[in-house]
Amino acid sequence: MKYLKTFAEKCNGCNTCMNVCSQLYFKKDDPEKSAIQVSPAGKNSYTLSVCDQCRVCAGECPTQAISVNKMGVVLINKNLCINCLACVAACPTATMMTYRGGLVPFKCIACDACAKECPTGALKIEVKEN
Amino acid sequence: MSANERKYDIEKIKDAHKVLKEFTYELKPVVRGYNDRTLYINLATLEIMEKPVPAEMKKKFIGGKGFDLKLLWDAVSGSTRWDSPENEICIATGPIAGNTNYPGSGKSIVTTISPATGIPIDCNVGGHFGPYLKFSGFDAMEIQGKSDREVIIFIDGNHGKIQILEAPLEAVNSHVLAEQLHEMFAANEREKQHVSAVSAGTGAEHTWIGCLNFSYWDKRRKLPRLKQAGRGGTGTVFRNKKIKALVVKYSGLTGKSNNPVDLETLQKTGLKLHKEIISLDDKQCQMRTIGTAHLVEIMNDYDLLPTKNFRYGSHPEAVKLASWVWKKYFTQNVPDGCWFGCTMSCAHGVDNFELKTGPYKGHKVLVDGPEYETVGGCGSNPAIFDPEAVIEINFYCDTYGIDTISFGTLTGFIMDCYENGILNKERCGGLEMTWGNWRAALELMHQMARGEGFGLVAGKGVKYMQEYFVKEYGADAQFLKDIGMHGKGLEQSEYQSKESLAQQGGYYLTNKGPQHDEAWLIFMDMVNNMIPTFEKKAEALHYFPVFRTWFSLQGLCKLPWNDIEPANNAENDEPNKVPEHVQNYVDIYNAITGEKIDKKEMLRQSERVYNFQRVFNLKMGHGKRPDDYPPYRAMGPVTVEEYESRAERYDTLMQEKQGIDPQGKSSEEKIKILRKYREQQYESLIDAVFKRRGWSKDGVPTVEHLKKIGMDLPEVIALVKKHL
Repeated sequence: MKYLKTFAEKCNGCNTCMNVCSQLYFKKDDPEKSAIQVSPAGKNSYTLSVCDQCRVCAGECPTQAISVNKMGVVLINKNLCINCLACVAACPTATMMTYRGGLVPFKCIACDACAKECPTGALKIEVKEN
Repeated sequence: MSANERKYDIEKIKDAHKVLKEFTYELKPVVRGYNDRTLYINLATLEIMEKPVPAEMKKKFIGGKGFDLKLLWDAVSGSTRWDSPENEICIATGPIAGNTNYPGSGKSIVTTISPATGIPIDCNVGGHFGPYLKFSGFDAMEIQGKSDREVIIFIDGNHGKIQILEAPLEAVNSHVLAEQLHEMFAANEREKQHVSAVSAGTGAEHTWIGCLNFSYWDKRRKLPRLKQAGRGGTGTVFRNKKIKALVVKYSGLTGKSNNPVDLETLQKTGLKLHKEIISLDDKQCQMRTIGTAHLVEIMNDYDLLPTKNFRYGSHPEAVKLASWVWKKYFTQNVPDGCWFGCTMSCAHGVDNFELKTGPYKGHKVLVDGPEYETVGGCGSNPAIFDPEAVIEINFYCDTYGIDTISFGTLTGFIMDCYENGILNKERCGGLEMTWGNWRAALELMHQMARGEGFGLVAGKGVKYMQEYFVKEYGADAQFLKDIGMHGKGLEQSEYQSKESLAQQGGYYLTNKGPQHDEAWLIFMDMVNNMIPTFEKKAEALHYFPVFRTWFSLQGLCKLPWNDIEPANNAENDEPNKVPEHVQNYVDIYNAITGEKIDKKEMLRQSERVYNFQRVFNLKMGHGKRPDDYPPYRAMGPVTVEEYESRAERYDTLMQEKQGIDPQGKSSEEKIKILRKYREQQYESLIDAVFKRRGWSKDGVPTVEHLKKIGMDLPEVIALVKKHL
């Protein structure tokens, strides 16, 4: 499956990835609307949280709004989603995202946009066994 | 593959429809959880109309069963019987219902004058019908009158159209009918999820224990699932009106379909409970993997699992019906919520179950359940310890539209009468109704569905059979009264209340008969000894029935209240109330409606409706102290063998509580002594409970109390005055 691999040790906390992600999908620089989250984990160290395409959410979805594409990426069909947020609760990595007032959750779809812009090479699209 | 493995021609069935009446209405959004209108349909006159919901009705009755009871009260008189044309089937949701954020928010409440009790019965049921009805434009619907032909009522919630259709060719039994209806009313596979049907079955036609099946489409199994409005004969009234089905179709559901005032609080509160369930359920009740059937071995261990018509509370073979057995039968790892967004997900099913008897013998079917009550009723109580027999009984009960609880309890009663020589093979129409004979139990049910033989007698319930056996066979009336497990005409649900005075009250000091909807105090009383005095028992028998009523005002399920608890719940002063979850309910109610209630006002909302229902019973000629007594078997040992099975407990009790030395006394003597004591205890309990509830010694709500709680409608006050 295709997924965004993170290298937290390379991250400098510039938040470029969050900016790129929220701009791309919400047309807004808003950390709350980024599928990747950078958070401080001590002096000059950061935690990177992003979906690893594990599919637990798909099993929880009551309307089968969450599916897996040919590349192994987990996708949400907004037309089928009834906004229950069960997937958000079920996500073992807390990377099925929601924001205040938002109805449909969102997540990383391994689009590579953030990785391309990351100045330190802390993000990379990779493929692993399902 | 079709559930019933039988091909049917949907087009042919559809072509046979004749539109008897069509009605159009204006589509409007739900605002703050309400439509402010209800739907009225009369099957005799074919009248269809919408009724406004006055502000006063919302204030006094809130929604759900409150609305049902108000509509039903206005529709019937004191002389209305279950099969009178003016009796209604009322179905409502409630302001919170249909939200997809908070688990357990998809319940419909069905109310009618019960054939079993002659007073209102209300059932809280899952499935998608209620929420779809709500988002189609109606807070409740009432169906009055009787049709002279088989009909389906179709509500098209996206186009504002209602039809009464003559429907001669559809199946009657629910597992086939629901599949036909989902296919017929959906334009394609994807639309099947937007359809929900209410149906009964052939068993409901010939018995007084008919239930209603509320469907929802299971996308993964590609079959309809069925949830039951089980108690008190709702399906019987439905079929008596010649209704084959109600169908609603609605698409467009979102997380804000209720137009809540405060979506953020609703989402936040729902998400908190989702997380609690997902992280703690495995360590707590295992609702997500086993559902309510997790209770079987717990009840057996605590001597509370009814066996042999409630004689005993445990059985060595009960282990064959334990939770781990059901876990293997239930298909795992599928979201089994009966409404969207319910992560409690307890509506488990057995897939591809091959039937061994009856008209569908050899078919591989999907069975909804069994849940705990079905295991207790159709398993341990008639001493049937074969899990596959229980699954098969469960399946046929559902598809025939028969209540598993009443069926289980009445079957136990029949087997008890059989063992005691009151019944025999001849009197049972050739059936050997011996303990554990599941083939005979199933054949009895097939007779009910065919409307023949002993099934016609048995299907009228325990109360009817008591009178029938005395009249026809000269049976001992007192003995039958003692062992017939019903109250007000409703069969008792599946907990052994013998050693818990509070649960005796929980079952029999109720508005509708011995069910587990109003109060379930066994653990508090018997296991944890938290309510030792009459006053404490009375307080619990005030608080819990009133609190639990609130779920059915709102269209909520009770299970996410206390079948999951916050990790720190035990640290609360009153852990049995699960205070954090009660606050959740206050918060989501306020978030949807924009009201600003607190926990006190929440109880007041319920108390109004609870008392109204008590007065409704009075209107129907019941609802007083003499209606509130249990059969003695619910209170203590009727027979020597029952006494001796718990002799140590009873002897100690006699010595300690009554100051009587049991030494040298025969079991018969000791039974009498114990009985006198327990019956006195129950009288004292009634006094304490009625006082706490604001009722007279005779069980009538006083005028002062009704005024205090705001249920002082002129017709209510006028009615109680006649009885005070």
